[in-house]
Parts: sequence; C-alpha cells; structure tokens
Amino acid sequence: MRLGAAMLGVFVILGAFGPWLAPFDPAHIDLAQRFLPSSAAHWLGTDSNGIDTLSQLLWGAREALVISVSVVAISATIGIVVGTLAGWYRGWVDEVAMRFVDILMAFPGILLNIAIVATVRRPGIGVVIFALCANGWVGYARVARGQVLALRERDFITAARALGASGPRIMRRHLMPNLVGPAIVQITFGFGAVIAIEAALSFLGLGPQLDYTWGAMLAQGTAFLWKTGFRTYVLVPGIAIAWVIIAVNLLGDGLDPRTRAKV
Amino acid sequence: MSLGSFLLRRLASGALAILGVTVLVFAFLHLVPGDPVDHLAGGEATPEQRAKLEHCLGLDRSAPVQLVTFLGHVVDGTLGHQCPDPERKPTVAARIFAVMPHTIVLALAGMLVGIVLALPLGVLAAVHKNTWIDTLASITALAGIAVPMMLFASVLVLVFFVELGWLPGPTETGATALILPAIAVGTHLMAMLSRMTRSSMLEVLREDYVRTARAKGLPERTVLVRHALRNALLPVITVAGMQFGSLLTGAIIVEKVFARPGLGTTLLEAISERDYPVVQGTVFVIAVIYVLVNIAVDVTYGLIDPRIRVA
Repeated sequence: MRLGAAMLGVFVILGAFGPWLAPFDPAHIDLAQRFLPSSAAHWLGTDSNGIDTLSQLLWGAREALVISVSVVAISATIGIVVGTLAGWYRGWVDEVAMRFVDILMAFPGILLNIAIVATVRRPGIGVVIFALCANGWVGYARVARGQVLALRERDFITAARALGASGPRIMRRHLMPNLVGPAIVQITFGFGAVIAIEAALSFLGLGPQLDYTWGAMLAQGTAFLWKTGFRTYVLVPGIAIAWVIIAVNLLGDGLDPRTRAKV
Repeated sequence: MSLGSFLLRRLASGALAILGVTVLVFAFLHLVPGDPVDHLAGGEATPEQRAKLEHCLGLDRSAPVQLVTFLGHVVDGTLGHQCPDPERKPTVAARIFAVMPHTIVLALAGMLVGIVLALPLGVLAAVHKNTWIDTLASITALAGIAVPMMLFASVLVLVFFVELGWLPGPTETGATALILPAIAVGTHLMAMLSRMTRSSMLEVLREDYVRTARAKGLPERTVLVRHALRNALLPVITVAGMQFGSLLTGAIIVEKVFARPGLGTTLLEAISERDYPVVQGTVFVIAVIYVLVNIAVDVTYGLIDPRIRVA
C-alpha cells in the first residue's frame, strides 16, 4: 500500500511539474532527428517525427493527470450528489436515478465514450473529459445511495432531524461527509480506470488530438514495432500506463477494508 | 418466483436497457454539433446534392421523428441504410452481420483463454497460500491488469510472429490466426478470474465437506478438483459471463492491432467516415449482445442456484 502511494506520488509530481522539466517542446517536429536512440541530448531518444520521447512522456503525464483528476473529481461529485438525493428522498427520485444508472451499467462503458467522442471531429481534452464523465458517475452514485439508505436510519440522523435540521442541511452536513470514506477506494481505482480508457481512446485515434498522450505514443510505438532500434519506444508509454495502474491497485487494495480483512 | 416470470422480468428490464441505450446514443450522435453531410458530400457538393444526402440521412426531419424512424429500422431488421446510395449499398444490418461472427468468435476464444489460464493459476495460489507460488500468481494477475492491452497485443505479434515466426500475425485468417488475438483479449479476464478463483477456493477449502472428503481418505487431487473446485467455480463462471461485454470492447482494440475484420473495425471505419447510421447500428448491436449475454448468465445462474431468483 505504501509502495502504491509512493508510485502514485511519483506520477502526480511528474504530471504536475513534468512539463517544466521537459527538455524539449513535445510538439516540435524535426524530421532530421527521427528515430534517434537514447543519447545525452535525448535521454529516451526521439520518435518518428523527431520529437523528444522524454518530453512527450512528461507532457503526456500532465495530460493523463489533468484528465484523470478532472474525470474522477467530476464523476465522484455527481455520483455522490445523485446517490445522496436518491437515497434520502427515495420514491420517484430514487426510481428515476436508479433506472438511469441501470441503463448506463447495462452497457459497455467504453462504447458510450467512443460514441460521444466520435461526434466531434477533433476532440480536445474537454470532450474526452465529458465523455468519460458521462458514465463515470454511476458507480459512485450506486455506492453512495446504498450508504445513505443505511445511514438515514442511524441515530445521529434522527437526532439532527429532531433538532429541526432541514433535508438539504442533513444531506450536506451529516450524510455527505460520511460518504467520502467509501468513495476514496472507488476514487483510487477510478484513477487507473480513467487512464486505461483514455489510453485506449487515444490508441484508437479518438482521444485528444495531441501527439504526446500516452495512448497516442502507444499507437505510434506499435505502428513502428517492426523497426529495429525503435522497439523500446513503445515500452515508454506502456510502462508509464502500467505504473499508474499498478500504483492504484496496490493503494486501492490497501485502502479497501474488505481486501485488507482477507489478506 | 417461477423461472418463467423470472425470465420475463429479466427480458423486460433488458429491453428497457436497450431502449435507453438506443435513445442515449441517438441523442449524442444527433444533438451534438458536427455535420455528417459535410464529410460524406465532400467540399464541392452542390446544394441539391447536400439536400439529397440530408434527406437520405433523415436529417431534414425533427429529432423525435428520426428516433422513431431508427426504431422502425430496428423492427424491420435493417438498422437503417447507408447513404448517399441506399439502393446500391447493403443495409447497415447486412454490413454489421457480415463481420459480427469474427468479433463473437474472438471474444469467445478470449474467454476460453481467460478461463483456462485463470483456473490453474487461482487454484495453485489458493492451495499454496502465502508461498512464493501465491506471490507469483498475484504478480501475474497484477501484470495482466496493468499492462495495456494494445501493448501486450503488439508484443505478442513481435515475439511470436516477427521474431519466432511460430504463429500467424496481422491480416492473416484461419484458425491459428486466432491464437494471438485470443490471448491478447483473454489476458485481462485471466487476471480478474485468477484472483476470484483464489478467494473462492480459499472460502470453499474451509468448508466441512472438504474436511469430510479429506477425512475419508480421498486423494488430494480428487478433493481439490471434484469437491472444492466444482463449488468454487460458480461465482467464477458468473463473473466470466458478465465480463463478455468487456471482452467485446477488448476485441475492438485487438482487432485494430491485428487488422482483423469485426465490429470494432467496422465501428472505427464508420467513425472516421462519419457514417452515423453505421456507428449507431454497431453500437446498438454491441449493446444488444451485451444485454442478452447478461440475461443468459443470470438465467443460467438462476437455474443452478434457485436462491438467486428471489433477489
């Protein structure tokens, strides 16, 4: 779990400060410098357009960080609010919200992401974030609703009610703070899932139209896999993606009381 | 609840889910800006040609009418027509059904690979709990989850096709050409299932009937396979069935790496051609497969374990 937290920390720091450390512009094309092996100037070599690989990796980390943090934050917020409203008011609010959740869950998520991104000719980061949030919130909503259904019967909620607290106040002050704990585990795994899906979208050519997303780097690396001397290129984004996913899995398993009890 | 009403209820909620998904995808494809006519007609199209194309795509009608039209095409089994030349091109359904078997076979092969690899891995990890075998199994599982499928697929091609030349690579057809894509699709499932098999086995191994089986002197092998694994298998198989959807989407990525025909390739082609009727039809078909497989898994599980039907 500590290892996972440390690995995730490395990713966050590189994502936050990486672009300042990057020695070159990740969009600077220099065809005279194509397919260079690693050297003092280009630590990880260059790609098929002569772009510095290390700079791509660092800028890609920024892009992955921005997308994953935004998607997870927006999805978790929407999910917790919807789940709380559904669990608190029940009745038709619950019915409508949960039918909607059922529909989105009865469907491979990435397909909806693809369908949304496909509507835009040159999707930017915002479109990708929107596409990933469109169904990203449902998991959080379902867990939050379950928690609220259990919490609303507890004494401290009854006490708050008896003191005359209004519904919105109880939800805001008493219920939602209690929902953050369970959501943390979901949020941790959510990071990895978002990065994996975003990489897949970029790999399919449906991500943000940038050369330096990890998914776009993977696509380039696999396209040139036959090229001797360029084979290690694909490992750079591959290891970066695997790094984050391993980190969140180690951290998430460590945080989850269910798996902790089992070990 | 009787099996019949259980089945009916599941079918009804499945139909509702498919309808919901259809409306959702329709809404995204039609309400978001982005003009398919531009792309299909090309730059030099005359206003008449554009109008004709718009009419063919049904874009000159209101959104609700378009939705009803699409639902009509679902009912008549065509899923719509390919524009601008609906008479000379096959219907959307024909284009999709021509490639669908490739994707389904790939997903099933991936599932087979996932289950066949996961069971021994999970059983070994459970039997040798907290030893190096267990650690190795969890590292394998973690790697299976963490390594991006597109990278793994490409490395498989590089090693077994380019370097060793043992197996057919991209664009080839035939049964052996299925091996590498199936491994690529199935690895993620293998990772998930091996962890599930491990915890399910650990639970079952604590049961009294396993102790009884051991006590009456059965060989360990028989105890593990006949008594423990058989019971541990139920949740594992359910999860495997429910993962069919993710195998389908995994197949989209793997089809691209191996340049195989299939639903994924068709979907990506249609997206780059801005062929909305085909995009919509493909998404619809994948959603229907997904929902039907989930119902089948539920019903099978309900047959095996009657307690499920009540819930």
